[in-house]
Amino acid sequence: MSLDELLVTGEPLIYAGMVSIVLVTGAIIFLLTYFKKWKWLWREWLTTVDHKKIGIMYILSALAMLFRAGTDALMIRTQLAFPDMNFLNAQHYDEIFTTHGTIMIFFMAMPFLIGLMNIVVPLQIGARDFAFPYLNALSFWSFFFGAMLFNISFVIGGAPDAGWTSYTPLAGDIMSEGPGQNFYLLALQLSGIGTLATGINLMVTILKMRAPGMTLFKMPIFTWSTLITMFIIVFAFPILTVALALMTIDRIFGSHFFTLAGEGLPMMWANLFWMWGHPEVYIVILPAFGIFSEVIATFARKRLFGYSVMVWSIILIAGLSFLVWVHHFFTMGAGAFVNSVFSVTTMAIAIPTGVKIFNWLATLYKSRIRTTTAMMWALAFIPSFTIGGITGVMLGMAAADYQFHNSYFLIAHFHYVLIAGTVFGCFAGLVYWYPKMFGHKLNERIGKWSFWLFVIGFHITFLPQYFLGLDGMPRRVFHIVPEWFNLNVLSTIGAFGMGLGFAVFVYNIYYSYRYSPREQNGDPWDGRTLEWATPTPVPEYNFAVVPNVTSHDAYWDMKAKGETGYDESKVEPIHMPNSTGQPFVMSAIMFFASFALVFEWIWLAVAGLIAVLVTMGMRSFDYNEGHHISADEIKRTERSARGL
Amino acid sequence: MNAYKEENATPLEYQTEENQMTIVGFWIFLAAEMALFGTLFATYAVLFGRTAEAPPPAELFTAGTTLIMTLLLLTSSFTSGIAIHEMRRGAQKGMMTWLIITLVLGLSFLGFEIYEFYHYATLGATLTSSAYWSAFFVLAGTHGVHVTFGIGWLILLLIQLKQRGITQVTSRKIFVLGLYWHFLDVIWIFIFTGVYLIGMVI
Amino acid sequence: MRHRMRHLNKWAIFGLIGLILLLSGCSELTVMDPKGPVAESQRDLILYALIFMLGIVAVVFSLFIFMVVKYRDKPNRKAEYKPELHGNKAIETIWTIVPVMIVTALSIPTISTLFDLEEPPASSNDQDPLVIHATTADWKWFFSYPEQDIETVNYLHIPTDRAIEFRLSSADSMTALWIPALGGQKYNMAGMENILYLQADETGVYQGRNSNFNGEGFAEQTFKVHAESSSDFQDWVASTQNSAPELTQEKYDSLLEPGLTDTMAFSSTHLEWVDHGTKDGMTYSIERHREAFNEQLHLKNGKDHEHGPSGKEGEQ
Repeated sequence: MSLDELLVTGEPLIYAGMVSIVLVTGAIIFLLTYFKKWKWLWREWLTTVDHKKIGIMYILSALAMLFRAGTDALMIRTQLAFPDMNFLNAQHYDEIFTTHGTIMIFFMAMPFLIGLMNIVVPLQIGARDFAFPYLNALSFWSFFFGAMLFNISFVIGGAPDAGWTSYTPLAGDIMSEGPGQNFYLLALQLSGIGTLATGINLMVTILKMRAPGMTLFKMPIFTWSTLITMFIIVFAFPILTVALALMTIDRIFGSHFFTLAGEGLPMMWANLFWMWGHPEVYIVILPAFGIFSEVIATFARKRLFGYSVMVWSIILIAGLSFLVWVHHFFTMGAGAFVNSVFSVTTMAIAIPTGVKIFNWLATLYKSRIRTTTAMMWALAFIPSFTIGGITGVMLGMAAADYQFHNSYFLIAHFHYVLIAGTVFGCFAGLVYWYPKMFGHKLNERIGKWSFWLFVIGFHITFLPQYFLGLDGMPRRVFHIVPEWFNLNVLSTIGAFGMGLGFAVFVYNIYYSYRYSPREQNGDPWDGRTLEWATPTPVPEYNFAVVPNVTSHDAYWDMKAKGETGYDESKVEPIHMPNSTGQPFVMSAIMFFASFALVFEWIWLAVAGLIAVLVTMGMRSFDYNEGHHISADEIKRTERSARGL
Repeated sequence: MNAYKEENATPLEYQTEENQMTIVGFWIFLAAEMALFGTLFATYAVLFGRTAEAPPPAELFTAGTTLIMTLLLLTSSFTSGIAIHEMRRGAQKGMMTWLIITLVLGLSFLGFEIYEFYHYATLGATLTSSAYWSAFFVLAGTHGVHVTFGIGWLILLLIQLKQRGITQVTSRKIFVLGLYWHFLDVIWIFIFTGVYLIGMVI
Repeated sequence: MRHRMRHLNKWAIFGLIGLILLLSGCSELTVMDPKGPVAESQRDLILYALIFMLGIVAVVFSLFIFMVVKYRDKPNRKAEYKPELHGNKAIETIWTIVPVMIVTALSIPTISTLFDLEEPPASSNDQDPLVIHATTADWKWFFSYPEQDIETVNYLHIPTDRAIEFRLSSADSMTALWIPALGGQKYNMAGMENILYLQADETGVYQGRNSNFNGEGFAEQTFKVHAESSSDFQDWVASTQNSAPELTQEKYDSLLEPGLTDTMAFSSTHLEWVDHGTKDGMTYSIERHREAFNEQLHLKNGKDHEHGPSGKEGEQ
């Protein structure tokens, strides 16, 4: 294979991408060498099994991916701004919207939320780490290398271009020959392994490692939403694993699952994809619901209204999420009866969701609302998500969906739920837990600037798209016609507003790092749940003494009783796992094996697979039992952190 | 004295909290595996009959081989159960003997499966023949890969048992492998009835 | 207090004006301005749903504004503060039952419309529907009229006030036939046939397209629908039968090759030798053009860019 075939050539935009990748990589290598940070990087980050550090790495990666996929979005909007725009040609446009969707879902939304869960869930339940810290590191690195594999596709080999849904037969080997689609399949497979492992890990953590007294119905609501989300992951992700594997086998080894030849069934892909894909929607929305519940209760300074109803509605939504997948293709011709059934199940999801909206509103009733940036994100969620939700119900009405399907009405709907739900949730959560993670708050004034820019930009971008859909504008067209001009240009202006909002958000991270006052105690917001009972920065072992829990606002009650949860007389040595480079190395090998398979270099891929098995075998012989932190050291740490 | 009694009541592999979590985690993993095989079975069912120009399954499937394979795997499940029983008694030698018998049975199952796949290929049914045969080979093959993986795992654990004897850690590992092995047996029962028996009749 | 009331009134007026603008704007949107009974029933369903949705928005938004304005923490705030308030059976029951009722109210017309759409529109059941096979191949449309024995490429003529029974299939990728002015879409897939009933009540030229992404030429896979009176339609059929050339298999095979073409008309149909809606027709195109699917069109937009197929319709 010549270099010309390996690297993507002939596109000035892609050359610019290559140059910037080289420059950024070079700069990182230079900085690490100049400041002699290589060792620090390896010891503190690449080999860590600490859930808090892994969480931070998840969030940093997710922000980087948000930047990448957000740039894609701005390119899309630029191309669609004017009818005679020739910024992207058809092929390049197809690649851009494919990577935009795929990255946003797999490499932005999920890792962002999983990052927050990593940091928060063990702290909320009074645990010292995950159930399986080693596995957690492996999850992160397989996600990270999966994301890298996907991202290099646009300079090496060519990006996938069949849409993030990758419908067959379009995505099959005849109509999408070459490495692009393989990148999609293998990158998702690699990161999917990590997601499934996280699902098992967090489920066991929550089920088995809660502080004494914390029964299931005394868990903080974010922990609840995490538990249910992990349940969905465990049952939905294997479906994606199989679907991706089958398409990979189709493309590389010539089987006939989704092909036209050999009596394959292309529409089975759509079924499998959405049997995973619809639960996936709830994988990225339920944790956001949990975040909003925490943030709203904290800043309204009031108990969450209808706690157990909130929990049961999450459970109900999770159950229903497996029963609605057909609504993604009502137009496939399954017949009136099937469509009726799935219409009703789809609309039924609106019931528990509506109940949740009213519960949040009722939490605000007779409360005392502090409009911090985190709370603003949570408040903006309620009306914005309502618009997304009701248009979702309209899409669920199958007979009307025949007109909405594949149109910008649909695009507007799912951006309204995914941005107002997931992205606002991620931002709310990040701002809220930021002091716990980094020891200082994000600047409020700059934070509000980014909030208003992003939220106003969001509505300007997506509200017009509902009307474009009703005017017959289909999704995924690479140019518009003059009739759709006005609303499109508005939408593009809004998109750049959102971009600006994100830029201000990132600037705020830098600004606050430089100038924000450092945290003096661990509870900057007057929090309600156990994560705020730990000192900031959180010590490696989280809790010197595991607290006793009596209600779901555990720390709020402790504060009311004048307790801190720390009792020096009860300090005992704590057992901690050792750092290890194995997860990093193992994932790196998987990355190379997958890369080889992308280019169908079978023997190299087999060699990589064998190497992975060998490392797993080595792990089996590794009886590393971790280390203990002595009681004296714990006392010293706690005294300095608590200013005793 | 009391503590000693309690220790005796709980099996070795359940004695530490870490072990308990590993076992719960493995059960959840098996649930995910169930979803994985469920999807493969659904795929197989949907593609049933789509044989294109390749021979239909009824022409190729024979009761003999599959029955032998079923017996081999069922017996291996039973012997792995006996090994766990020996482990609970603390009899390392008996345990290892039964595990080796399990290993041999697993290997013979695998041998038959490879022969069977090869045999079908000579008769014109391969992964690439048609949608139906793709589904068949991937479903049965995924099970076969799982068995292979289990055999490799068992070999590693046998070495560790030899090195360390029955400890809390090794007993937990063997117990988890036992769960895995029984799970593969259950999946095979579904393949035997859902794929082979139905394939022979229709 | 009065000050606040005035404040709220202002918002209410703004909201009302916005709503009026919105609804008046709606009538110009293709989907909201139907030209046939199918699109009309879908438009009615959408409007019916919209009433409920606007009601929900009104309730949620007013509650939201009320809560945020009244309970915001500020100096000398007078509103009550009850930090332990966490439930109220009566109100929770209400906000569970009302959504259940709304969903029920939406389900009933949805289901009845769904079943109606499986049949030809009732307004024209005095005559049999006109059968048209709509077949896609990357990135063009073939419309075969088996009774009239004619076939057009990338444009469509239909009589008004008569149901059209589209038989949808595809020679290769999955596509969807969507004529928003006449009604919703359905998928075209290789190896199976979907039936979609549409009907035009008004004469005119409408936009039709493939709405399901299928690769590089997707945006150009459009066609114009000429809805004309029954007699005009008959004239068009007769002139096409007389003046258009026959479609040979060789010609058809070359047209199947992925790419864009202009509009064309033929005085015979490809159904004589292949129906892509059957299992046998599934591989017809990929057997012939396997390699061609990977050739790029290098399709660009720009000032001179044509939207959709060009050429005087019916000519080659």
